[in-house]
Amino acid sequence: MTAPTTAAAEQQPPPAAGSARGLLDRVLRMRELAILVVLAVMLVATQIDNTSFLSEQGIKDLLLNATILVLVAVGEAVVVITGNVDLSVGSVLGVTAFAAGDLLKHGGNPVLSVALAVVLGAALGAFNGVLVGIGQVPSLVVTLGTLYIIRALDSIWVGSREITAGLLPGGYKTFGHDGVSAVPYLALLAAVVLIAVGYFLRNYRSGRECYALGSHAQAAALAGVPVRRRVLAAFVLCGALAGLAGALYLARFSYADAGTGSGYELTVVSAVVVGGVGFTGGSGSVHGAALGALLLTSINSVLPAIGVSSVWVEAIDGILLLLAISVDRVMALRIAGLLRSRARPARTGTND
Amino acid sequence: MNEPGPDLAVPVLALEGVSKSFGAVRALRSVSLSLYAGEAHALAGENGAGKSTLIKVLAGVHRPDEGAVLLDGSVVEFGGPAAARDAGVAVIYQEPTLFPDLSVAENIFMGRQPRRSFGRVDHRAVRQAVAALFGRLGVAMDPERPAQGLSIADQQLVEIAKALSFDARVLIMDEPTAALTGSEVARLFAVVRALREQGAAVLFISHRLSEVFELCQRVTTLRDGALVAAEPLAGLTEADLVRRMVGRTLDSLYPKQETEVGAVALDVSRLTREGVFTDVSFQVRSGEIVGLAGLVGAGRSEVARAVFGIDRFDAGQVAVSGRRLRPGSPSLAMAAGLALVPEDRRAQGLIMQMSVERNIGLADLKAATTAGFVSRRTERDRAVDWAAKLQVKYARLSDLVGTLSGGNQQKVVLAKWLATGPRVLIVDEPTRGIDVGTKAEVHRLLSQLAADGVAVLMISSDLPEILGMADRVLVMREGRISAEISRADATEQAVVAAATGATAGSAI
Amino acid sequence: MTDIAGTAEQSRGLRRPPLNGALRWDTVVGALLIVLLLISFSTVGGFGNALNISFLIGNTLPVAAIALPMTMLVAAGEIDLSVGSTVGLSGAVMGALWNHGMNINEIIVICAVLGVACGLVNALLVTKLGLPSLAVTIGTMALYRGLAQVVLGSNSVTDFPQNYLNFGSGRLGGTFLPTAALPWLVLAAAAVVVLHATGFGRSVFAAGASAEAAWFAGVRVKRVKLSLFVATGLVSSLTGVFWVLHYASATYNNATGLELSVVAAVLLGGVDFDGGRGTLGGAIAGVFLLGTLQNVMSLADVSAQSQTVVTGVLLTVSVLGPRVARQVFAASIHQRTRGKL
Repeated sequence: MTAPTTAAAEQQPPPAAGSARGLLDRVLRMRELAILVVLAVMLVATQIDNTSFLSEQGIKDLLLNATILVLVAVGEAVVVITGNVDLSVGSVLGVTAFAAGDLLKHGGNPVLSVALAVVLGAALGAFNGVLVGIGQVPSLVVTLGTLYIIRALDSIWVGSREITAGLLPGGYKTFGHDGVSAVPYLALLAAVVLIAVGYFLRNYRSGRECYALGSHAQAAALAGVPVRRRVLAAFVLCGALAGLAGALYLARFSYADAGTGSGYELTVVSAVVVGGVGFTGGSGSVHGAALGALLLTSINSVLPAIGVSSVWVEAIDGILLLLAISVDRVMALRIAGLLRSRARPARTGTND
Repeated sequence: MNEPGPDLAVPVLALEGVSKSFGAVRALRSVSLSLYAGEAHALAGENGAGKSTLIKVLAGVHRPDEGAVLLDGSVVEFGGPAAARDAGVAVIYQEPTLFPDLSVAENIFMGRQPRRSFGRVDHRAVRQAVAALFGRLGVAMDPERPAQGLSIADQQLVEIAKALSFDARVLIMDEPTAALTGSEVARLFAVVRALREQGAAVLFISHRLSEVFELCQRVTTLRDGALVAAEPLAGLTEADLVRRMVGRTLDSLYPKQETEVGAVALDVSRLTREGVFTDVSFQVRSGEIVGLAGLVGAGRSEVARAVFGIDRFDAGQVAVSGRRLRPGSPSLAMAAGLALVPEDRRAQGLIMQMSVERNIGLADLKAATTAGFVSRRTERDRAVDWAAKLQVKYARLSDLVGTLSGGNQQKVVLAKWLATGPRVLIVDEPTRGIDVGTKAEVHRLLSQLAADGVAVLMISSDLPEILGMADRVLVMREGRISAEISRADATEQAVVAAATGATAGSAI
Repeated sequence: MTDIAGTAEQSRGLRRPPLNGALRWDTVVGALLIVLLLISFSTVGGFGNALNISFLIGNTLPVAAIALPMTMLVAAGEIDLSVGSTVGLSGAVMGALWNHGMNINEIIVICAVLGVACGLVNALLVTKLGLPSLAVTIGTMALYRGLAQVVLGSNSVTDFPQNYLNFGSGRLGGTFLPTAALPWLVLAAAAVVVLHATGFGRSVFAAGASAEAAWFAGVRVKRVKLSLFVATGLVSSLTGVFWVLHYASATYNNATGLELSVVAAVLLGGVDFDGGRGTLGGAIAGVFLLGTLQNVMSLADVSAQSQTVVTGVLLTVSVLGPRVARQVFAASIHQRTRGKL
């Protein structure tokens, strides 16, 4: 797919540095486009095979399944863009889901319970961010620790209690299932969050600074970027979105217990990486991460629909992740090679 | 041009009795400096004299241990680089600090993007401002391309554009011209002069003394972290300046011994790495010191890396003592008798979190290994031995190598490689950033090695070092060998001309 | 992380002699383990008998075994999160082949080869393509677990030969030592020697501390990392066989989440996450400290969940503690030198 592009770019006379940006842009956009194409092909093929797949309810299910993952992946993407990672999102989702349910069970206001989940998530995110900032410890290690701590505190608090459908107000459940024709309310909410965060990252100084410090933290500090504060903010956002996702999880599945969200962090990281957010920080977009989430959850629906046993789902998720990062890497190497071979002629061109 | 600064009343930015230490290293000792509006001030001094530290104090990166920074005559404490920047101090560092993933335009305006309603970044205004800056600098670069893959010269230009974008009151430039061609330098100077005439204070550092005289009115000279002189440049000669910087006659720095030149030890032929260097051929004979000169970015270090097997090459071949080397394998190159003292001591030469003795032993672990087991005792004995031979100053061999001063660290790197008993020794900037005394010791050592029959290839940006030490000088320009000059014909003018492709111009 | 004194020296410079007998983190963990054991023996009812100790050791063995290559891998600056899935896949293959009626010895050989293959896939993706091992092994974690599911579905296989099951859960005579602890001891001794007394071990630390400088010194960084990934895969798959025999059950979700326990124990043992520093002694102490705590808490009827809090807190404190202490220390040194000048 890249070969013709490369050849065409090569023929341009120096200084050709300018076209490299276009190329890179194209590749990056291609990345998001590629996921979209894969997704579309997959869905259409499934539809041909199984005509009831994309019924109104089918589409609704697809979107509903994706919503929770999209929300968490958006938050995670912001953290990864700053060059960090948050492994505690699964635990945060679990504890916030139960907290929201507990409040509702005691007759609490649904809006208030969602707010509680968000605030609790943000607080836990702040805890992560402070630890990462103060200790200058790799976030992977810190959040691996908080993954355990939060999950365990959750388990102690929850014990063997469960939140079940019967304990939840009907409106809350309806919100979790219904929507505007095929588009569930939850998906609308996720879309709003996605667009807002994407817009913020693109169009605000602090958003751009997240990319800067993920790209080269030292240079960011020299440029006056308040590194710790930005990292903290990214973790708070990630926690808050995981909290929101927790509340919506409860609405969607009408169930929460001490194990809710266990192991979710790895699905989230997969979605983010499949979506083209570079693990080294500084690149990618939340839209890509959201597409990655949509792709992963859709595969889970597609496989049973075309008669593939669901035992294959996890293996295919893994292959998809490996494929995504490998393709990214190969592309990056090719682009680097291209830019390198161009540097020299470009220099000669500007000389004298 | 050499008139003293117009407004000597109150310096815009000044240092008063500033000292700064890093562990055992006293980088600055009670240094004072005054920068006046409308004046270009040169900072002279050898590598390791404390220039970079001084700049970082001015830029708010380091806080002085003692003394004060004065802005418009009153004491300030810059809390960080941002505070200095907001006070109008722009710094162009020697090593560009760009964000590889972001566009050139974003790099220039990071954290200071023009905004429109609701605090949103005005992307169009950013683009326009960058286009205007590039127009002023005469740079043809797409502001939307990513910084990744830019040549060093282009990265410098981006840094300069960044500094210009402040409309800075104080512009500090740490060797901004090292990687630039003649026309790029001329353009840069025109911009700097214009800024100065508009009332900016400029602090300029360059190893090319002719540039210092061309651009500046006053000069402050540092040696070993201390102030030597602060005076007008008018009436000084380049030789005066060099004497202040070095503090002794130059000859003793380069104790070159006459040696007997033997057979070809290193034979590089038609080596090419696409986009980096092209068709590079040369030989180094045993007993010979060959200098490899050229501008930063000319491809010298890259050739050394490829010869040693760090990077692969696309065409050509390398032979040591007649045996062809397999590309891309440092361990095989070492087995053939090749050693490389790399350019970046901290990242490539040493493992900073390992002890002195383990660093010395690392390249020749076999010597301390019997039946697969490393004998700590043999390892230590060898380390003691080599550290003594090279007069490394250390407290304990088990100390982390990072605790040593720069000069002693470089000696550890040398010890590590000499312990392997190399037939060919490639040294890349062997004396960068080390003090004058150690510098002379390193030179004496290289001379001695050549006398013992080792073939030495010495890459250096320090022209006097090249001229003082080399039997032959190879000059690289833009990825090719542009000249080979014998010791007799090697003059500053000849080397600089071959390095820049120009006929005029001189350096120290 | 381990060498608090080292940084102190750095801040203080050369003129003052460095502290002798500085506190090393791995020693601290070792001492904590001994203190915990002493307290448990004297105060916790039912702890000291041979049967309980053999339970403790037997249940800790999987983590203890994988922690050996994992320590080296982390010291070399990489990580492998797919170990739990490799354990699961190995067990699933074992169960499936046993159901097929294959000879158990052949099955074990196949499992070992499978482990090598799993490690090789990780290794090649990391060394050939230059991908971060974290991302790669998150991918293979899903892949290997998924394959386990494909191989065995939701079946569970339990009818392995009794003498093999005895190896998995029995103990040596009437002693406190599980039978399977013997091969582990051999493996641990070999690992200690390789990491701390051979040139290969030096290469591991050099590669982890600075891959670039190591490469410049002739260390074959990629080869070192490749062999460590393969060793990790092999040990994980053999642990998978042990797991099946120990718990007398092969299911696709054997050892889910084991990777986190291993990583937590290794980091707790003072192995620097950034690579280049750490000792196997520390890692092993970390493993048994966590194992003992879990055992004691089970005896004290603390819920399994609360036990996880301890894991998490210990992990976080062990990583944060030394760094924060170092920063505070460096700051106070700075104050002092400043006052003096």
